[in-house]
Amino acid sequence: MSSFSVTEPSKRQKWFAGSLVILYALITIMPLIWIIATGFKSPSDAIAYPPKVFFEPSMEGYVNLFTSRTRLPAEELAALPPSETWYQELVRDNGMVITGPSRYGQRFLNSVIIGFGSTFLSIFLGTLAAYGFSRFKVPIKDDLLFFILSTRMMPPIAVAIPIFLMFRQIGLSDSHLGMILLYTAVNLSLSVWLLKGFIDEIPLEYEEAALIDGYTRFQAFYKVVLPQAATGIASTAIFCLIFAWNEYAFAVLLTSGNAQTAPPFIPTIIGAGGKDWPAVAAGATIFLIPVMIFTILLRKHLLSGITFGAVRK
Amino acid sequence: MAQIIVKNVRKDFGDFTAVKESSFTVEDGEFFMLLGPSGCGKTTTLRMIAGLELPTSGEIFIDGEEVGQKPASKRDIAFVFQMFALYPHMNVRQNISYPLKSQGMPKAQIKEKVAEVARILGITDILNKPVGGLSGGDRQRIALGRAIVREPKAFMMDEPLGALDAEFREHMSEELRALHDRMGATTIYVTHDQLEAMQMGDKIVVMNHGVVEQFGVPQEIYDWPATMFVAEFIGSPSMNFLEYEGAVNVGDKIAILGDVSFTIPEQLTAASGDLALGVRPEHITLSNSGDYRGEITATEYLGTTQIITVECAHGVVKVRAPAAQPAQVGDKVGVAFNPKTITLFDRKTSRALVSVANKGVLNNG
Repeated sequence: MSSFSVTEPSKRQKWFAGSLVILYALITIMPLIWIIATGFKSPSDAIAYPPKVFFEPSMEGYVNLFTSRTRLPAEELAALPPSETWYQELVRDNGMVITGPSRYGQRFLNSVIIGFGSTFLSIFLGTLAAYGFSRFKVPIKDDLLFFILSTRMMPPIAVAIPIFLMFRQIGLSDSHLGMILLYTAVNLSLSVWLLKGFIDEIPLEYEEAALIDGYTRFQAFYKVVLPQAATGIASTAIFCLIFAWNEYAFAVLLTSGNAQTAPPFIPTIIGAGGKDWPAVAAGATIFLIPVMIFTILLRKHLLSGITFGAVRK
Repeated sequence: MAQIIVKNVRKDFGDFTAVKESSFTVEDGEFFMLLGPSGCGKTTTLRMIAGLELPTSGEIFIDGEEVGQKPASKRDIAFVFQMFALYPHMNVRQNISYPLKSQGMPKAQIKEKVAEVARILGITDILNKPVGGLSGGDRQRIALGRAIVREPKAFMMDEPLGALDAEFREHMSEELRALHDRMGATTIYVTHDQLEAMQMGDKIVVMNHGVVEQFGVPQEIYDWPATMFVAEFIGSPSMNFLEYEGAVNVGDKIAILGDVSFTIPEQLTAASGDLALGVRPEHITLSNSGDYRGEITATEYLGTTQIITVECAHGVVKVRAPAAQPAQVGDKVGVAFNPKTITLFDRKTSRALVSVANKGVLNNG
C-alpha cells in the first residue's frame, strides 16, 4: 500500500524501531553468548586479557564439569596404559587422571525434581485458589489476598533461619520434599495473584452456559475455565519455574548434599583445583537448557499471556 | 414445553434488593418479554428462573415442579446469553453438541441432532469452523443451536440481540420469532427495547426498580398503562401527561383542567390532588378551533407522519399528525383528545386510576 495511513508506521519508523529491538536483543544476549563461549575455552583463554573473541574450542570445561580428577606425577602418568577415550586423554594432557564422575549430574537432577515439582504444585494449588477467589464470595477476601501477597514482602533470607530450624525439627532439612514445599509456598502468592487476574478475565457466562448445559460446577471449571486459562497458567508456570530454578539463597542455606540444587553447586566448582571458569560456564550453560526448552514450548502462550489479557476480549 | 409460574420471588444482594416480590405466569408456548430499563431487575429475574441465581424468597414452578432452590443443571432449560458465551476453545459442532454430551447421548445420535439443528438454522456449512472468526449473526445462530438442540422445557434469552448491529437485529428478531412459532417453545426474553418487546412478544412484563409494574399483552400495555412509568417507557414519543390539580369521583365522565373540561372514560375510583391526564400522541388532533389551546414550539418530520410539539397550559404535548398537515412553529392551535383513550393518573402514587376502559387490563397486573 502506497497510500498514507495514520496507524501504519512509515518505513523509516519501522527501520528505527527494528534497529532498537535488535540492539536491545544484542545487549541482553551478550552475557549468554559469553557464558556459552567461555564453556568452550581453555582455562587460559577464559581469563586472557584482552578477552579472546576468537579462540580454539576445547571441551576441557565440560570434561572438568562432569568428572572428578586427581593430579599424578609425570612418571606415574607415563606408566599408565594408553587412555581409552578422548576425555581421558584431555585430562592426562593436563597432568591428571579421572577418578570418577562429579556430583553435577545429581545436582542437576535435584534442580529438575525440585523446580518442576514445585512449579506443578504451585500451579495446581494456585489455580484452585485463584478460581475460588475469583468466583466465590470469600469472607474477608481482600484481606486474605493481601495476606497471601505479604509473604513476598520480605527477603527470603529473613525467614531462612526460622525455616532452617523448622525443617530440622520436622526432618525436612536437605530433602527434596522440603525444598518443593518451600518453593511452592513462596511461589503460591505469585501464582494465586496472577491466575486470579487471568480467571477474572474469563467471562462468567462460559461457566453459566456449561451449568445450564447440565454440567456440574467442577466439570464447568475443568472443561471450560481451565482451557480458557491455559495462557495464564502457562505464563504463570514459567515465572514459577524460573524462580524455583534459579533460587540461590534458600538452596545454599537449607541444602548441603542429598537435595542440593545446581545453583549453590556451580560456584563450588570454582574452588576445586584453581579458578576453573570454563567448567563453571559449562555448568551454567547446561543449567540454562531446561528453562529455555520449557519457555520455548510455552512461548506461544507466554506472548499472549504477558499482556494479562488486556487485548483478549 | 412448560408453563412457568413465578410467585412472590424476591432477590436481595446484601442490602440491595434487586427484585421485590414479583409474580407472573408464563403460559405454555408463550413468547414472554421481560421489559425494563437497565438495573430494573429483569435479568436477575430471568437468572432466578434459570437457576443461575437462587431467590431469597418465593417460589418458581417450571412445568408444575417447584424448582426455586434447584441448580441450573437440574432445571432442563436453555439459556441464550447476550454475549453468546460460545465456548471459544471448541468449534461450532462441539459447541452445539456440548449439552448433549452432558446427557451421555450416543455419538451417532448427537451427530444426527446437530445436523438437524444446523439445517434449521442454516449453519451447516460452518459446523467445523472455530467460533472465533464468525460474524455476530452466525454466533447468535450457534448460541440458539446450542439452546434448541436439547429440546429443553423452556428458553431463557438475555438480550440476545443486544450485541448485533441495528440492521441485522431486525432480521434476527424475525428469525427468532419464526423459530419460536415453529417449535412452540415457552420462551422468556429479556430486553430493554420496548419496540422489540412489542414486536416479538405474546406477553410483556414491565419491570422497574425491582417491581413488576404491569403484565399483559403488548396492545393492552400500550393502550392502558397501569403506571406513569409504563406510560412513559412504552411508546415513542411516550404518553403525554397534562398535570393538574383537581378531583375525580366515581362515575365522573369529565376531567376539568383549569376552565376546560375533557370527556374521559367513566371513572371507577375517586382521587383528588395532584393528577395527570395521559394521552398518546396519535390520539391528539390539532385544529384551528377548540377551547383548549396551545402554541406549536417544534415539528419533526418523520416521512409519513410528523411529531408536533405543542406547549399547553398544563404541560408540553407531542402530537403525531399526518406529514401533510400544515404546522408552523409559533402557530396557536386548538388541541383535542380522543376521549376513549384517556387514562387519568394519580401523580402521588403514579398509578392509573381505574375507569370503565382500563379495568379489565389493570386487574391483570
